[in-house]
Amino acid sequence: MSGLVMERIRHAYGNIEVLKDVSIIAEAGKLTCLLGPSGCGKTTLLRLAAGLEAVQDGRIYLKGKLVADGKSNFSIPPEKRGIGLMFQDYALFPHLNVFDNIAFGVRNMTTERRTWIEEALKRLGIAKHRNSFPHVLSGGQQQRVALLRALAPQPEILLLDEPFSGLDVTRRAQIREDTLTFLKECGVAVLMVTHDPEEAMFMADHIVVMKSGQVVQAGTPVQIYFHPVSAFVARLFGEMNVFEGKVENGQVATPLGPFPIPAIPDGQFAQVLARMEGIRLVSGRDETALKTCCATTGRVEEVYLLGRSSHLHVRVPGPFGKGEAVLHVRVPGVMKPEKGALVTVFADPKQVFGFPLH
Amino acid sequence: MTNAASQTATPNVPKVPAISGWALGTLGIALVLAAPMLWVLGIAAEPSGDIWSHLVETVLSRLIWTTLALMTGVGIGTFIIGTGTAWIVTMCRFPGQKIFEWALLIPMAVPAYVIAYVYTDLLEYSGPIQGLIRDLGGFETRRDYWFFDIRSLGGAIAMMTLVLYPYVYLLARAAFLEQSVCVLEASRTLGRGPWASFFKVALPLARPAIAVGVSLVMMETLNDFGTVDFFAVATFTTGIFDVWLNMNSPSGAAQLATVMLVFVIVLIALERHERRLQKFHHTSSHIRAIVGYKLPPLRAWAAFIACALPVMLGFLLPAAVLGSYALNFYSVTLNANFWSFTLNSLTLSAAAAFVAIVLGVFLAYSLRLGRAPWLNAVARLAALGYAVPGAVLAIGILMFLGFIDNFVDGAMKSVFGVSTGLIFSGTVVAVTSGYVVRFLSLSFGAAESGLAKVTASMDGAARTLGAGPLETLRRVHLPMLKGSIMTAALLVFVDCMKELPMTVILRPFDFGTLATFVHQYASDEMLPEAALAALTIVAAGIVPVILLSYTIAKSRVSNLGAQTEPDAEGGQ
Amino acid sequence: MKPLVYILRPLFFAPLLGALLGPALNANAAETDVLNVYSYRQEFLVNPLIEAFEKETGVDVKIVFAQEGLVQRLKAEGMNSPVDVILTADINRIEEFQAEGLLQAVASDTLNANIPPQYRHPDGLWYGMTMRARVIYAHKSRVKPGEAVTYEDLAAPHMKGRVCTRSGKHPYNISLLASVIAAKGADEAQVWLQGVKDNLARRPQGNDRAQVKAIKEGECDVAIGNSYYFGKMLTNDEKPEEKEWAAAVNLIFPNQADRGAHVNVSAAAVAQSAKHLDTAIKFLEFLSSDNAQRLFAAENFEYPLKDGVALDPLVASWGSFKADDRNLAEIVAQHTEAAKMMDRVAFDQ
Repeated sequence: MSGLVMERIRHAYGNIEVLKDVSIIAEAGKLTCLLGPSGCGKTTLLRLAAGLEAVQDGRIYLKGKLVADGKSNFSIPPEKRGIGLMFQDYALFPHLNVFDNIAFGVRNMTTERRTWIEEALKRLGIAKHRNSFPHVLSGGQQQRVALLRALAPQPEILLLDEPFSGLDVTRRAQIREDTLTFLKECGVAVLMVTHDPEEAMFMADHIVVMKSGQVVQAGTPVQIYFHPVSAFVARLFGEMNVFEGKVENGQVATPLGPFPIPAIPDGQFAQVLARMEGIRLVSGRDETALKTCCATTGRVEEVYLLGRSSHLHVRVPGPFGKGEAVLHVRVPGVMKPEKGALVTVFADPKQVFGFPLH
Repeated sequence: MTNAASQTATPNVPKVPAISGWALGTLGIALVLAAPMLWVLGIAAEPSGDIWSHLVETVLSRLIWTTLALMTGVGIGTFIIGTGTAWIVTMCRFPGQKIFEWALLIPMAVPAYVIAYVYTDLLEYSGPIQGLIRDLGGFETRRDYWFFDIRSLGGAIAMMTLVLYPYVYLLARAAFLEQSVCVLEASRTLGRGPWASFFKVALPLARPAIAVGVSLVMMETLNDFGTVDFFAVATFTTGIFDVWLNMNSPSGAAQLATVMLVFVIVLIALERHERRLQKFHHTSSHIRAIVGYKLPPLRAWAAFIACALPVMLGFLLPAAVLGSYALNFYSVTLNANFWSFTLNSLTLSAAAAFVAIVLGVFLAYSLRLGRAPWLNAVARLAALGYAVPGAVLAIGILMFLGFIDNFVDGAMKSVFGVSTGLIFSGTVVAVTSGYVVRFLSLSFGAAESGLAKVTASMDGAARTLGAGPLETLRRVHLPMLKGSIMTAALLVFVDCMKELPMTVILRPFDFGTLATFVHQYASDEMLPEAALAALTIVAAGIVPVILLSYTIAKSRVSNLGAQTEPDAEGGQ
Repeated sequence: MKPLVYILRPLFFAPLLGALLGPALNANAAETDVLNVYSYRQEFLVNPLIEAFEKETGVDVKIVFAQEGLVQRLKAEGMNSPVDVILTADINRIEEFQAEGLLQAVASDTLNANIPPQYRHPDGLWYGMTMRARVIYAHKSRVKPGEAVTYEDLAAPHMKGRVCTRSGKHPYNISLLASVIAAKGADEAQVWLQGVKDNLARRPQGNDRAQVKAIKEGECDVAIGNSYYFGKMLTNDEKPEEKEWAAAVNLIFPNQADRGAHVNVSAAAVAQSAKHLDTAIKFLEFLSSDNAQRLFAAENFEYPLKDGVALDPLVASWGSFKADDRNLAEIVAQHTEAAKMMDRVAFDQ
């Protein structure tokens, strides 16, 4: 099996357990994303894979070969693993120019490699900085140099540690896309760490969600988006409307109507999460819509125009007509109803999830 | 957002286990370097009779106050002159600025006692200045007019400030050059004018460097003997010599030296602790060239004068005086082993600089690799030689080398029946090792600060790119350290050229350096005979000093030929 | 840059290696032609004698000059030390060596004959070579005869504001004070010292010659200094201004009516570790011989200890004097006390 396999990794710094029994597979030719909040151990995993930290417990295989084993303290040093690692702070060598930085890891500088580097520089639009030193480059330019430097020695697998977090938002999307295209062209296995779910969705073929040193869920972006295994995973992809209630008759009452939760026994408390962008909105009272499973009427309270979407607060009556709740709705495009207008809101059932409440 | 701070503050470089060949080797070397000081502490452990009660009753408080006053005065003076001129020269453009960049460093090459002799000759009662005043004013004796006494605490402060401010200038300038212009511009847009930006932003950011510079200066001041002895200013160091020689109590002297050492350690620890609470990362990674703020004519002339004064008083005037003496007396100098002394000075200084660099880099590098705290403590002890008066340290070296020599001799005699005699004692190795132990802190500090700029990510990057530890050292660390190493080498070289007490005590037979030559004559107020030698010391120091200035300026934005503005395409 | 380093590195090591191997290689070289000396006496005072000895005997004399640390150095080097002879500028410092057991007794009829017993160690551990007095320099006209003829006069009221001296902490002055303590006891000595301090025209500074200069310039009227400086100044052709200074003053030997002028003696001794014992003894005998003693007298304007050696005419012109030659050991014994007394009185402030 080619690619990177990390088996049952356990890691602690002093008394603090950073990774508790984590197993990950990053297949060749695919881009795998480690997604999770800071402190969940993603960077440590990367460093373990690269050999910059010693494995305490567990095993690591590269292209089917064992490179590290915690029990026997066996470890192949980083310089011999053939792994490319791109650091969050880029870590360009200040005393070398761009070309020399990129060429640093290339043992045998053949014409082919040289051509590859020159072409890559052109492809990524930094050819004119070939002889410049890192400190005169902008953040985006440094990021591209760091990427090329990691790729130039033709590693088996490329590890990226939050590669886009240092870039300003306006350019981030474009650079992301350029990077992804480039990586796909290179065909190398990629393991990327990020805390930005949108980034993960965009770039990954396979996502591994981590929290507090453990893998919570792994799967394709579609799987994770539509079938989250926990509230935590569901919440990763954006703000949710949360309703809590006691399960009665296999259902929980919400402002959008009763929501069936067969998995949780009656009498226990559960939470129902409805994605903001999964809720539609029409003016006035729409009887057809009200007949669907999760719909209700309400009054518009606030409207925020975000450019490509609109964010509305709608005041709706609570479950069984008791009390009130404010729904957060995000619709694409520009929608600007009057404040206080009557609207009908209805949710896409595929974007509503129920979980036990702990 | 993962913690970038952890990657730069405490390097998570692949560590070497605490007990390993490398760690033990480092410990061995550090112990050898620290041994002379440990010997001094050993002498201090012997009882010294009633020396202490005598000192406390009589002079101790005066010694302490005078020493503190001296250190404070010199510290403030060098801070103002060093930092001020560094700022002016770095940030402004005015006539002569390019020359002042390196010229301001030259007084460093002048030994303090030489400048003391020169100004005494000029300013004392029977000197030309007072003579002129008397002629012009028609005065008869010194009671008729007021003139300050150069041979006083104030005079000593002035003399030492003049030759020590370059240390602060050097480090402040390096720090200012490193700062991103963007940080300063940010300060300007937030409503702080240029002066305020200097005081509130640039100065605090440069604080670690300036602190190192001022502490260097203060230690040099603390250890000075020639100047204060000549001016009859009673400091702690003169007290040490007094107890040693006049009260014939080496143990008392060693005890005083130990007290001084502790004082220095406390000072350094305090400063470091305060600094620990602050982080000095350069947050703006985008560095643009400092173009320099062109000064309007009036201010340009003020800047010119502000920079010209230290150079004139610290170098030009003494050089002129010495030059005039040399013209009259050069034949005396040239007759007396001048050339061999010059060769000795140059060779020893160069050798010591080389060894100090190698050891300093080695120690700093080891500390970076290993995690053992005791290693840290021993290495820092080894670098404390700077804080001990030269003559006292020399005694430690004598005893250490003597011990080794006699030990080896004894072993050889019992095993092989052959006597090897003295191997190191009384040879140039003794003098060179004295220099190395004394000045190690310069190279160690420079290597440490240079290595601090190498982030853990860079180490990791090099490793993942296929470079093992040694290759990383060669291709990444050493090139990045080049600037610091050059600086340290030049500083050690200049200091060794000036060094006096250790050389006198440790030297081989029939051996002298330029410094001992100058002292021999100058101490008997025959400075004119030694003027040429004194000038040679200064001249030998000028070349390294200019190199130093050049190195610092170059280490900053080189290669700006490519561009200075953020590009429109794909840039931030 | 890299290749350069590889060239330079061995170049640096070469002198170190040479120095390292040198002593070892030379250890077995011909030993009779070399003499190793540690000297606390200054170079320009010792060199004339060294040159004369080298010329006369062909021995190569190697010497280290220092102001401090030689006792410790010899002690650290131990019996392996190459040094044969120790020279000091005063009695005090040779006693330091003796106290550490670093000297060896030398029995030599020549030396015993040449040097009077009160100026050498009873067991032959060290020998005085020359003597000088610590005299009073007084301005020729401003100081009336009889105003300053004793050390005690310097503390008298009529000398207020007229006295110059070098730092009280200098060994010359400490020895003088020690002799006063030995003569009069600590209490009286302290009173005297305080009196002198009160009479100072300026803060103690400079060396002995500078005091004479100050007298000429009018800063003060009298000063304390060593006798040989007078001769050196009067004959200094290279710095004629020194002749002017000396011409302005008279040299007065103090306390001729009672105990005599304070003297100190420069000394020579043979080290325990001496490898060239015969040459060392020969050197000491040379120093005590007519030839050398005459040189001392002529070059350095000191008083030779050997009887019958002619004084330099200039020195002779100052007249003969009574020396306070009570047991020099007493002066040595009071040395530490004298140093402390200087502190108590805060003489230099």
